[in-house]
Amino acid sequence: MSIDIGQFTQTFLDESFEGLDVMETHLLSLEPGDIESIDAIFRAAHSIKGGAGTFGFAEVGKFTHGVETLLDQLRAGESSVDEAKKSLLLEAVDCIREMLTAARDGTQLDTDAIVAVERRVQEMLSVKADTADGNSQESASAHRWRIKFVPERDVLRTGNDPLRLISALAELGPVSAQCHDSLPLFEDLDPEECHLAWTLDLDAEVERSAIEEIFEWVEDQAEITIEACDTQAETQSSACVSLESDNKPIATSGDAETIGGSKTNTRARAEGGSIRVNTDKIDALINMVGELVITQSMLSQFGEQLESGNREGIENLLEGLSLLERNTRELQENVMSIRMLPISFVFNRFPRLIHDLGETLEKNIQLKLSGEQTELDKNVLEKISDPLVHLVRNSVDHGIETPEIRQEAGKPEVGTVHLNAFHKGGNIIIEISDDGAGLNRERILAKAKENGLIQEGQIVADEQIYELIFAPGFSTAKELSDVSGRGVGMDVVRRNIRALGGSVEVSSQQGQGSKFTIRLPLTLSILDGQLIDVSGSSYVIPLISIVESVQIDMNSMKTIAEKRLVYKLRDEYIPVISLADVLGSAVKESRSIEESLLVVVEAEGSRLALLVDDLLGQQQVVIKALETNFKKIEGLSGATILGDGTVALILDVSGLLSLSKRKMGNLNWLRTQDHAAA
Amino acid sequence: MTKILAVDDSNSLRQMVVFTLKQAGYEVEEAKDGNEGLLKAKSSQVDLVLTDVNMPGMDGITLVKELRQLPGYRFTPILVLTTEAGPDKKQEGKAAGATGWIVKPFSPEQLLATVKRVAG
Repeated sequence: MSIDIGQFTQTFLDESFEGLDVMETHLLSLEPGDIESIDAIFRAAHSIKGGAGTFGFAEVGKFTHGVETLLDQLRAGESSVDEAKKSLLLEAVDCIREMLTAARDGTQLDTDAIVAVERRVQEMLSVKADTADGNSQESASAHRWRIKFVPERDVLRTGNDPLRLISALAELGPVSAQCHDSLPLFEDLDPEECHLAWTLDLDAEVERSAIEEIFEWVEDQAEITIEACDTQAETQSSACVSLESDNKPIATSGDAETIGGSKTNTRARAEGGSIRVNTDKIDALINMVGELVITQSMLSQFGEQLESGNREGIENLLEGLSLLERNTRELQENVMSIRMLPISFVFNRFPRLIHDLGETLEKNIQLKLSGEQTELDKNVLEKISDPLVHLVRNSVDHGIETPEIRQEAGKPEVGTVHLNAFHKGGNIIIEISDDGAGLNRERILAKAKENGLIQEGQIVADEQIYELIFAPGFSTAKELSDVSGRGVGMDVVRRNIRALGGSVEVSSQQGQGSKFTIRLPLTLSILDGQLIDVSGSSYVIPLISIVESVQIDMNSMKTIAEKRLVYKLRDEYIPVISLADVLGSAVKESRSIEESLLVVVEAEGSRLALLVDDLLGQQQVVIKALETNFKKIEGLSGATILGDGTVALILDVSGLLSLSKRKMGNLNWLRTQDHAAA
Repeated sequence: MTKILAVDDSNSLRQMVVFTLKQAGYEVEEAKDGNEGLLKAKSSQVDLVLTDVNMPGMDGITLVKELRQLPGYRFTPILVLTTEAGPDKKQEGKAAGATGWIVKPFSPEQLLATVKRVAG
């Protein structure tokens, strides 16, 4: 029977990644002689190594073994902590992380780099090699064995029962045992001592090591001699103990392979992902459910009162309902909070990043973190990590100056990068600010002109210039550096943040630094929506993408190029899309344009005016994916169920934009009506 | 029913050990470190103790020594789960009074084979 332990692989991975974080944090602040930190690092490495083999990551175990040995030497004071060892250990932490990630996701691994680090770790180890287990003895095989087993008197005190050892031996084959006793007189007998010795004849073709393994635990507590006696005739039949064998071979170390084989299916399972939840949150949840149950029984009681014609019934019922509403809201908040993790999970990567970048770029940088306990949805957290890394790299590479330049500019030699997170009006704000050189207005402008983004002689405000860095393919770095500018530009950062329903802005002061502000929704599964009516159906527009809603002034509605309808809003022409048309609603039920409203939305940097019949109200809606229940439809990001039970589709503004471009040919009716109105 | 106490600070490994032993029909108690292990051992007598060596708080070696001081655990088999292939840790465990050891990594089958040997 094979026991499937794949279900624990995720736990192992989770705790290993946590362990790696612990190692990294302690390594970064490690000072010589800080035994406590070394202990913590060692323990983490030790646990990873211990679990790795068991859960089928033998390579990780092997790699970590070297690291652990090095740490053990540091711990024992055999070698001292220095920068070289710290860097190497940090690199090793990265390697382990990569190996585990690759094993989890089934991705390719840069084995060369890992082998290189492994070799350096081996070189770093002091020459003291105690790898050999001392089992250099010949592992000969024979048909019969004679074992003389003379345990010391106190063998029982370690819980080792000689009978058990003999039973184990009997599992290898038939054993005949001869017992030699040196029992004292009964009154002198201490029952806690062992006064017996045995000569054991094992009739089985096994290797010497199999027998040695059985007596391994008592090597130091007994005299054991093992002799091969192939030629020997029948042994003495005066055996005092004879044990039957059930011929079951004991497990040997070869079994380790069986776990390795199950690697493929653990991989698939690991992707499900798990989350660690503070027990307080679960307790709160159970409390809430308890209250809900009470409210429910209260309500049914009030219902009975009502039935029996009690006049107070209605009042009580209303009270109960408002209680139910409160319960539901609190329950919702609590359930949502389970998915919430502190942003420190992401922030904790940065001390290391800053440390490494500082070394590569020869800049002195300190990192300030604040608001690490700000919680956000696990999904958002995972997806915001890369954009944040990019922005921080950017700040360090392009923002912070070299110590010499900083000194000349009269600034402190050490540059500061500040990461700050906080809640603001239902959003999470993350700020990345630095006290570096700030964005170079002239250089951006020059580049923009070169790319044709801005015409010669055009006057642009500072904010608009800074916005340009988010334009696709825009990089002002003179040459591609190793640190940032790996072809992933700020446009990708913005796109990724937008995909999370968020936004990113930059402000800058030349010579004093720049600040990136990221605004994110609290969670991906609930959004603040504006309910609208189109041809009698309700739709939801995410509130975050709405700029404003306006009543239509027909004088501002223009038709250009015979087809496109645009609306002039304060000197800006915004393309107009009829939702009824794009969504394919029955046109006849739609109101005329004069009675309609325009909702101005923003997507991917461009604005769009949506023609809707009516605004219905704002509310939080729970997003249900269309893909899981139906199929993906362009222009829609999901659906939700409204209070009255009807389904409302949630509009995906950027999807609508591309959809409308293809549907432009169908806007003829609008044009005719427009002409009629004019 | 044979009752086993599993002590390990690593959740994954401890869960795996507990799961494997329960599957095999043993009654299992678990503890996150030496201190908790000692408390559990005191509060109810077990027939076999499996303990990790490196743990925060009370380590496995100390736990073995403490257990051997208790009347109920003078002859109880205690196995240390060690990653050390070398003789040092094993001997340290033995000197503290451990019955034997299981070297990590081990498979559930190896674990059961060893446990059967000492706990029946």
